[in-house]
Amino acid sequence: MAYLFPSPAWVDAFKDALNASAAYKVSAAHWEGDFYFIVSAKGALQEPVKFYLDLWHGQCRDAYIVEGADDKTPEFEIEGTLDVFRQIFEHQLDPIRALVSRKLKLKGNLGKIMRSVKATLDLVNAAASVDTTYPGE
Amino acid sequence: MWFFDCPEIIYGADALSHLEELKGERAFIVTDPVLHRLGYTERIAARLAEAGIAVASFTEVEPEPSLQTVRRGAEQMRGFQPDWIIGLGGGSAMDAAKAMWVLYERPDLQPDEISPMVDLNIGKLARLIAIPTTAGTGSEVTWATVLTDLSDGRKLSLGSRETLPTLAIVDPALTAQLPPRVTVDTGLDALTHAVEGYIATFHNDYTDGLCLKAMQLVFTYLPRAFADGSDEEAREHMANAATIAGLGFINSWASLAHAMGHAFGGHFKVPHGRSVSLFLPYTLEYMAQASYESRFGDLAHALRLAVDYTEEAASAAAVIAAIRDLHRQLGQPLTAAEIGIDRDRYEATLTSLCEFAEGDGTFISGMRVPERDDLRRLFLAVYDGGVVDW
Repeated sequence: MAYLFPSPAWVDAFKDALNASAAYKVSAAHWEGDFYFIVSAKGALQEPVKFYLDLWHGQCRDAYIVEGADDKTPEFEIEGTLDVFRQIFEHQLDPIRALVSRKLKLKGNLGKIMRSVKATLDLVNAAASVDTTYPGE
Repeated sequence: MWFFDCPEIIYGADALSHLEELKGERAFIVTDPVLHRLGYTERIAARLAEAGIAVASFTEVEPEPSLQTVRRGAEQMRGFQPDWIIGLGGGSAMDAAKAMWVLYERPDLQPDEISPMVDLNIGKLARLIAIPTTAGTGSEVTWATVLTDLSDGRKLSLGSRETLPTLAIVDPALTAQLPPRVTVDTGLDALTHAVEGYIATFHNDYTDGLCLKAMQLVFTYLPRAFADGSDEEAREHMANAATIAGLGFINSWASLAHAMGHAFGGHFKVPHGRSVSLFLPYTLEYMAQASYESRFGDLAHALRLAVDYTEEAASAAAVIAAIRDLHRQLGQPLTAAEIGIDRDRYEATLTSLCEFAEGDGTFISGMRVPERDDLRRLFLAVYDGGVVDW
């Protein structure tokens, strides 16, 4: 079953994929940090969509689409267009390169992410494993 | 979309004389105590005096410079207010100078915040000149900075494209006195940059030719520079090779040998070039199990190896054998055991080595990215020369 990105169902599927990833469990064993991912309004997406991920020691403890006000103050905020997220999920764009070239905008300490590049790769692989459709398809 | 970054490069015999034409008021030289004792700071200062530029220096950069050293140097820099900063030395001094440059202009930042995501807005108070005294790191033309955090011994691969030196002065005379072992350690660092820059997933049309040329130069001239340090032609071509390889890998990327070498070198205090080149043949064997278009064929062809370049597996084997032969010819260790690392100590640190390697910025740029089990096997293979055919 294909899930629309970004949507609550996709985020749930992503959380499940992440928690099922043996590679991520190992590579992110020491990771502590939560995120807002923001898919900015552009192209087929009329409004920005924000989702929250709480990543802790190789597990995704919480994940949801943020509707309205949210009481979280995550350590990281990553923002990009639908197109950029899609390129990353489809392995056409390396996530670290996307950060370095600022196609993805980061609020937070890139140094901490750069110390966990394998975990970043495994996170992207988990996202890529979700059968995904995109707005406008 | 990607970028090709390159400073202005002044190279060749007497390139240092360019310093006499410099416009400015105050220059701050960042170097290490050995070079300072050997009179290198004075050589640069004399050139700057010809340009009417006042000089101060920080001469305490240690091998594998620490965050703490960088903070100290930047503080001294702020007291002098230079409009030129000069990184003089091997990669350590030049890397330290880049980081000090940032902290000099941005005292609000910590060294480990130097990243492409942060607008540094430097270059308003000073510009950076990088003058290599070894032929290997390529740091004179890169924006990469490797620092060590003394709190946990971890090497941090930092960088911002804004820390690219304004000028690189590559004068081969500065490498003439390099001891043979340093010549080899640094020269094989250049080789590792060239080869990894060519096979990294980020390889591109702009860097391929640079990487191949640098590799050819190392194979031709490093044995000569090692055998006879006074061979000026060899020294000049090795100086060029290191700079060209630096341009190649910084605009492509380094790969698994660097990730593993950084982890290993940080743990066991092994020089950077010796560390990364130790891992190169093994990581290439590992990579060669993946599909590689014509990458290894191209390398074999560039080295004029007696192999069918259209056969990737055969080409890979020939290239790896040639690299091992070069190591042997230069008396360079091919296993961690040969470096003198105790096996029990090595095995006891395996998990930590894996974690540090996985956290290195170069870890994921190979065409084959190892999972933890493979990574452990690779580290073990490097210990005693195991064959990587899996």
